[in-house]
Amino acid sequence: MKLITAVVKPHRLDEIKQALQAFGVHGLTVTEASGYGRQRGHTEVYRGAEYTVDLVPKIRIEVLVEDDDAEELIDVVVKAARTGKIGDGKVWSVPVETAVRVRTGERGPDAL
Amino acid sequence: MPPGITLAADAPQLSSANTGFMLICSALVMIMTPGLAFFYGGMVRVKSTLNMLMMSFISLGIVTILWVLYGFSLAFGESNGFIGWSKDYFGLSGIGLVQLWPGYSIPIYVFAVFQLMFAVITPALISGALADRVKFTAWSLFTALWVTVVYFPVAHWVWASDGWLFKKGVIDFAGGTAVHINAGAAALGVILVIGKRVGFKKDPMRPHSLPLVMLGAALLWFGWFGFNAGSWLGNDDGVGAVMFVNTQVATAAAMLAWLLYEKLRHGSFTTLGAASGAVAGLVAITPSGGCVSPLGAIAIGAIAGILCAMAVGLKYRFGFDDSLDVVGVHMVGGITGSLLVGLFATGGVQSTAKGLFYGGGLDQLGKQAIGVGAVLGYSLVVSAVLALLLDKTIGMRVPEDDEISGIDQVEHAETAYDFSGAGGGTAPRKTVSVPGEAAANKKVDA
Repeated sequence: MKLITAVVKPHRLDEIKQALQAFGVHGLTVTEASGYGRQRGHTEVYRGAEYTVDLVPKIRIEVLVEDDDAEELIDVVVKAARTGKIGDGKVWSVPVETAVRVRTGERGPDAL
Repeated sequence: MPPGITLAADAPQLSSANTGFMLICSALVMIMTPGLAFFYGGMVRVKSTLNMLMMSFISLGIVTILWVLYGFSLAFGESNGFIGWSKDYFGLSGIGLVQLWPGYSIPIYVFAVFQLMFAVITPALISGALADRVKFTAWSLFTALWVTVVYFPVAHWVWASDGWLFKKGVIDFAGGTAVHINAGAAALGVILVIGKRVGFKKDPMRPHSLPLVMLGAALLWFGWFGFNAGSWLGNDDGVGAVMFVNTQVATAAAMLAWLLYEKLRHGSFTTLGAASGAVAGLVAITPSGGCVSPLGAIAIGAIAGILCAMAVGLKYRFGFDDSLDVVGVHMVGGITGSLLVGLFATGGVQSTAKGLFYGGGLDQLGKQAIGVGAVLGYSLVVSAVLALLLDKTIGMRVPEDDEISGIDQVEHAETAYDFSGAGGGTAPRKTVSVPGEAAANKKVDA
């Protein structure tokens, strides 16, 4: 199994959700996050005082998938998240040892 | 305020219209203090929102009581020019039901409650400079002491018919000197004593809720019609109506001027700029709106909008932490409005005194400068001394750690917003004690 994590622009969430559903993903976890990459932050002005806001709001989407689906799913997420402008985010995957469905105790791919 | 001296023969009768109008105006001025609380409360960071709201709100409690006990007497009692006292005014207990304020058609009770609202908001204005860092007890004591030795006497100088500034011919329609310069100078005096917030000029300190700031500005603007138009204490000669018009006109001009300055200087029209510009205009027209034409009001508003927009940047250059720009908006706006009386007074509204642009020469400008200087100097020095006194005894500031972690929790045992979806993050640690069932503490599932 693989854990796919995407940190992307918040307004892309709906697109990504739809794309994942179309792909056949049954569940995902979304958290609000903040951070910056190459785009750094932006500038805000309050009564003439300029503030550099380093940490930009992002969402972090996590999905567990079987190994064979991982590469394809990453492409699906990347396509749905892309606006072409700086600050679109990152997607990565890591191997997962095990997963358990809490209600039934099923383990491994059956738990997905 | 107009002179309160009339001959016995044409002594006014009680007017229900004026009395009703003034009671409404008093309520309008009352709403300005909560409005100010929101205006300031939105500008601080999340962790000190409640403290900022409370610094204004507590004034409605403390100053109201002091005003009834002795404040009204000190401010508007019989006098030697510097301070008043009438034993009938003590506790507002020796005043007849329909006893009129001398020279006017409204009962003394109405005048007293209208002026009470002014006394309430003035110390609250100071609090914006002291955001995030002042002990609530110290602030409460400061409020009580400050109104007693600064506000009550200064209101007397400016507005009582025996007050020395009033007799000099200083024009202050509704409080440019007594309220705004007074509060602004006091703010400056206090921050010179207590110093800056931890992280000033290093940490970002952006406003946590601009919608709250806008709401506060809107309430201030609305209430200010009572503050300004009500200050003529009646509507028999149209002066109050001119003041009402000028209040709207100057505020609009100041808001536009601030926005324009900001757009040219920093590239954007900001909501904080719109709110601040409006308040700057309201401040500047407060002393001047009763003696200028609507065109004069546009000029005064626009000048104040730009000067205040420039002034709010100065704290970074000079390194004094006027946190929410009380000096930059209220002191600078108050001085601007008070001095511009000397240029724009037409001689055809509240008094016959003419400003420079209407052929009156520099005479009125000189008088205005005396008023500005006297109030500014007195308030600055006495406020600094009061702050020093409190700082050396009970201490003005909360400990540094508490300031960093947030004054709301430390001073009020509350936080402004619950950010946890299920309430889990702010659940009680073990038990909640329910009043009346102290013996059996109830367990609460969180």
